[in-house]
Amino acid sequence: MNTKVNLCGIELSNPVIPASGTFGYGYEFADLYNINELGTFSFKGTTRQPRFGNPTPRIAECTGGMINAVGLQNPGVEAVISRELPRLKECFHKPVMANVSGFSVEDYAYTCQKLDAEEQVGWLEVNVSCPNVHGGGMSFGTEPEAAAQVTRAVKAVTKKPVIIKLSPNVTDIVAIAKACEQAGADGISLINTMLGMRIDLRRRKPVIANTMGGFSGPAIFPVALRMVYQVSKALSIPVVGMGGVSSAEDVIEMMLAGATAVEVGAANLVNPYASLDIVRSLPETMEKYGIENLSEIIGGAH
Amino acid sequence: MKQVIFEIQSNEALTPEVYRMVLSGDASAITQPGQFVEIALPGKFLRRPISVSDWTENRLTLIYKVVGHGTEQMAGLSAGTRLDLLTGLGNGYNTSLSGDAPVLVGGGVGVPPLYGLCKKLLEEGKKPRMILGFNRESEIFLKQEFEALGVPTHIATADGSVGTRGFVTDVLKTLDYSYFYSCGPLPMFRAMENVVTTSGQYSLEERMGCGFGACMGCSIQTRSGAKRVCKDGPVFIREEVFY
Repeated sequence: MNTKVNLCGIELSNPVIPASGTFGYGYEFADLYNINELGTFSFKGTTRQPRFGNPTPRIAECTGGMINAVGLQNPGVEAVISRELPRLKECFHKPVMANVSGFSVEDYAYTCQKLDAEEQVGWLEVNVSCPNVHGGGMSFGTEPEAAAQVTRAVKAVTKKPVIIKLSPNVTDIVAIAKACEQAGADGISLINTMLGMRIDLRRRKPVIANTMGGFSGPAIFPVALRMVYQVSKALSIPVVGMGGVSSAEDVIEMMLAGATAVEVGAANLVNPYASLDIVRSLPETMEKYGIENLSEIIGGAH
Repeated sequence: MKQVIFEIQSNEALTPEVYRMVLSGDASAITQPGQFVEIALPGKFLRRPISVSDWTENRLTLIYKVVGHGTEQMAGLSAGTRLDLLTGLGNGYNTSLSGDAPVLVGGGVGVPPLYGLCKKLLEEGKKPRMILGFNRESEIFLKQEFEALGVPTHIATADGSVGTRGFVTDVLKTLDYSYFYSCGPLPMFRAMENVVTTSGQYSLEERMGCGFGACMGCSIQTRSGAKRVCKDGPVFIREEVFY
């Protein structure tokens, strides 16, 4: 049974990757289990400057998922390099995926260049899809030309593989993905959360202080799967699939749709062992579906 | 933190809105009063954070108020039901700072974690005193339990139906104490800030996502930077918190 996949030139022992914003900078999960069992993980969205994020409440619940409006809380790239990465180094011995967000093209380039120079970083995952901050994030991921601009700026100052993380809150996801590929992206990851909201019936006001937030969880899996299918069919660079993945079967389904690797998000917030459970149940699930070599099924449903 | 399956032993109403659930199972991950558990409920995506009122190695007492769909569902569960819990979450009360005669101040559904704290302080040979605040007589719970521990228990009710008419602060300003511990609503903490004469610890509440520090859903600003109520708290030293 072979669970290995190759993501943009770097081998992963398995395709399972805890998604950004559900796994911090990793080391706190190392108190629970050996995080080296994971393929890798994508660390908390990091920006040029430290950010506290949005006011609370930041969380709402819904059928089959949740809505968050954290707003890119992070200590800023300098503190990530000086404080978080050294702590991670003590417990994680694989290349990590560095998730980056910004408010201008220059921000993205600056933060990516800094993280590109860090030995522990394997890939840069550039988030042009955060729905929770104004004047940035998602606004770069909803226009093909804006997404291409960020891609070009980041590629110009980095050597490591650049994966652009896309928003599902668009009319034509394929057009945006293609623009990123043409601008030099080494991979695409999708989907970020879908814009959603809840209203508290007692207060007659939105549950979340920021009114809207990013909807994630098993309820969005079919939408994510469809977009992974469409994008991977249209592109020749690798696609990282995510959105509601909660089991080894979901991982296999995403890979059949065209994902080279698969991120697990909201499931980690309900069960801190969710990603590990998926890694451990992959071999038996592969056996069940007659899969010998996991990398061979990528795009198998095309 | 530990993920454990517990079994409900009993689940009874203490007031029309407040319930006590006793569970059996491995509670060894709980090390301090003021910590909490996260309960998975069938059909609900997120777990429910509930403070621990009392515990032994294989028994857990939770006292909760029905405030929404999740706690409503909990109130309907019967003995024998098995529940998936994450236990031993958060940082609880630090009893080493209490001095000889601390006062414990609870408001409404903030009272439950103070029971475990009170027992711990008694075990340590200290002389705690309780101030419990409620809106009205029908909402009072745990009074007898504290009295059974032999602890002086002052009650304040907003409508004056029992004890001192008014708020916990009306009692607090008449007492001498070495330190304070509190759990309750934010407006109560704000009022306490005007009358407390010592340092102390507040247990804060915030809407949570995960409950174990991963999602940043419950962050607050403190004098020592951004903190997660679930992982860095829920108990914070008075001097750290903004009101």
